[in-house]
Amino acid sequence: MASTTNEDASRLPTIDLENLGLDVGGHLLVQHALLNRPPGTRLAVRGRHPALAVHLRAWCRANGHGFDMAGPLPVIVNGSSDESRRHGAERAGSALPGQVVERADRRWGLAARGALVEPGGPALSVDWVDRDLVWADVAPRLYAQAAAGQWDPATAVDWDTRVELPAAVEDAVVQVMTYLVENEQAALVLPARLLSRLHPHFREVMQLLAVQVADEARHMEVFTRRALLNRTELGVSGAGGRTSLQTLLDEPDFTLASFLLSVLGEGSFVDLLRFLHRHAPDSVTADVTRLAARDEARHVAFGVAHTAHAVERDPAFLTRLRTAVERRHAALVDTAGLNQHVFDALVLIAAGSWQPAAIERGWKKVQQLQQAMDEGRRRRLAFIGFPEDEAAALAALHTKNFM
Amino acid sequence: MTTSLVLGAVAYDPKVVTIWDGFRTWFRGQGFAFDYVLYSHYERQVTDLLAGRIDAAWNSPLAWVRSRRLAEARGEQVRAVAMRDTDCDLTSVVVVRADSSLTSPTGLSGRTLATGAVDSPQATLLPLEQLRTAGHLRDVRVLRFDIGTGLHGDHIGGERAAVEALMAGKADAACLSDTNLLTFSREGLMPSGAVRVIAQTDPYDHCNMTAGPSADPAAVEAFTRLLLAMDYADAEVRPLLDLEGLKEWRPGRLQGYTALERAVSTSGFYDERGRVTAADYRP
Ligand SMILES: [Fe+2]
Ligand SMILES: [Fe+2]
Repeated sequence: MASTTNEDASRLPTIDLENLGLDVGGHLLVQHALLNRPPGTRLAVRGRHPALAVHLRAWCRANGHGFDMAGPLPVIVNGSSDESRRHGAERAGSALPGQVVERADRRWGLAARGALVEPGGPALSVDWVDRDLVWADVAPRLYAQAAAGQWDPATAVDWDTRVELPAAVEDAVVQVMTYLVENEQAALVLPARLLSRLHPHFREVMQLLAVQVADEARHMEVFTRRALLNRTELGVSGAGGRTSLQTLLDEPDFTLASFLLSVLGEGSFVDLLRFLHRHAPDSVTADVTRLAARDEARHVAFGVAHTAHAVERDPAFLTRLRTAVERRHAALVDTAGLNQHVFDALVLIAAGSWQPAAIERGWKKVQQLQQAMDEGRRRRLAFIGFPEDEAAALAALHTKNFM
Repeated sequence: MTTSLVLGAVAYDPKVVTIWDGFRTWFRGQGFAFDYVLYSHYERQVTDLLAGRIDAAWNSPLAWVRSRRLAEARGEQVRAVAMRDTDCDLTSVVVVRADSSLTSPTGLSGRTLATGAVDSPQATLLPLEQLRTAGHLRDVRVLRFDIGTGLHGDHIGGERAAVEALMAGKADAACLSDTNLLTFSREGLMPSGAVRVIAQTDPYDHCNMTAGPSADPAAVEAFTRLLLAMDYADAEVRPLLDLEGLKEWRPGRLQGYTALERAVSTSGFYDERGRVTAADYRP
């Protein structure tokens, strides 16, 4: 910096650091004094720290400011680097809750929604940046409900209750729990995949999916724990059921995955959990299915709201949804569907005993469950925008594995 | 025909690869065929520059002094074409512990003075030269920390060790740059108020971009023009400028090397023809 004399330093804007050194935060005061002053502005610095002038010289150089040490007080000549750094900065949308832009910019990276984004950082490598492909207006409210509705598996269920069932009924419960756990695992992995490919601008959707993942983690825990309450081994995992779940994981599209998993799969799953709660042979089974069903209803609500949103913005989406159901049906047409062990276990649980009359009642109840599931799917499909007849046809194509 | 230029730079830190890879991409994006070669120390970079194996060198001030002497001894010329804003008007200081009885460099006689590496302009050559000229170096025991020898003080380790020796009572005073005085205080290596400055050198300049004697003048001119055009407001180069520690490139100037030329001669580091004459210097 050219050192012209600064005999007029007394007339310059001056900041007094008193005893404060630049090595313990004095630069904050200096920066504050330079704020919003144009480049070239001179600022005199007064202070009693013995190394003030030495520190100022080093600090000014490092921060792109000029300096003039020729006069009685050190003088800073404001540089332009702060202004340059802000050049091209833009807002990552609005900070207000639930206000999202139509298309989020990948260059915003991990910046908070509404932050002033300094350009130049790495762009995000995410797939979903379009509001209408991920959003539902109900997402912020559902997230708040989800956060408020978290329960502790250790205390929400009375694990110390004595559960003494006839051996065959206990076996049936263990078999059903075995089946539930593998469904929960699919239901955990899928939203985890979706949220990792989502632009964080759609924060509430990301948060909601994150809590959904946490929900499924708890469901896995409580169902496993119920299965092992009186046993040391689990039941059978059918190949057909796993094939059905795999087709869910293979769906790469956000809306289609959400539709297949939540609208159709988890929707039917809620009916199953309520059925199990109603016919639970013991209080632990009743508790775990009630708690899980409550969470699942929320997962379904987002899937339905988002799919309806996508269809409302683009009615052509109905065709894509229909194709997805048909494609999945075709992929599963040669598989066994619901594992026979699971089906039989449901009948026995609903029957409560080996009496032929009881078995017949149990059988009918499982038939009614399947009808209720079908009815529920039709209702949700109609809500999304399918005409009644099409909703009925598509509901019937749903996997026999329930999920 | 496109002009091309090969630059030499010393790899004093892994980030040097990031910096020059980034600049290379940027230069090529501007249609300028730029490449770089990395050296493990400055002495080979300087001899390669003079041998024409590289066109330009990102030189320490000491490497500049040697390049100039070697070139002039053969009737050739090197030019300092650019430097960083942060290379202008540095100073170094001599510090003592706050409770020391020393209040000025006159009292150093009979005491121990910690310095950086033998080849550090800022933490050894320049402060010692200033003390020597003023007659304050008589009967002073110099405790030198030869860390990163050959890097001409770019390695911060020597200055850090000198300050550690001061704080541990193994030295009565220590030499370091004004930048590191602030950095070490902020880091807590020497807590605020723990040391006192008893001497400060006159301002001097640091690194420069040196054009070699055999470089194509048009290429050097294009290279310099592009360097000076790098804009801190440009989000593409800003991270590289931040890494390299500058806000803008400035035209090279020679006024800030006088003291170092003198220090090199009186300490016998290089001779007038640019040969390494320091007895205990092995880069
Ligand atoms: Fe679940
Ligand atoms: Fe779920």
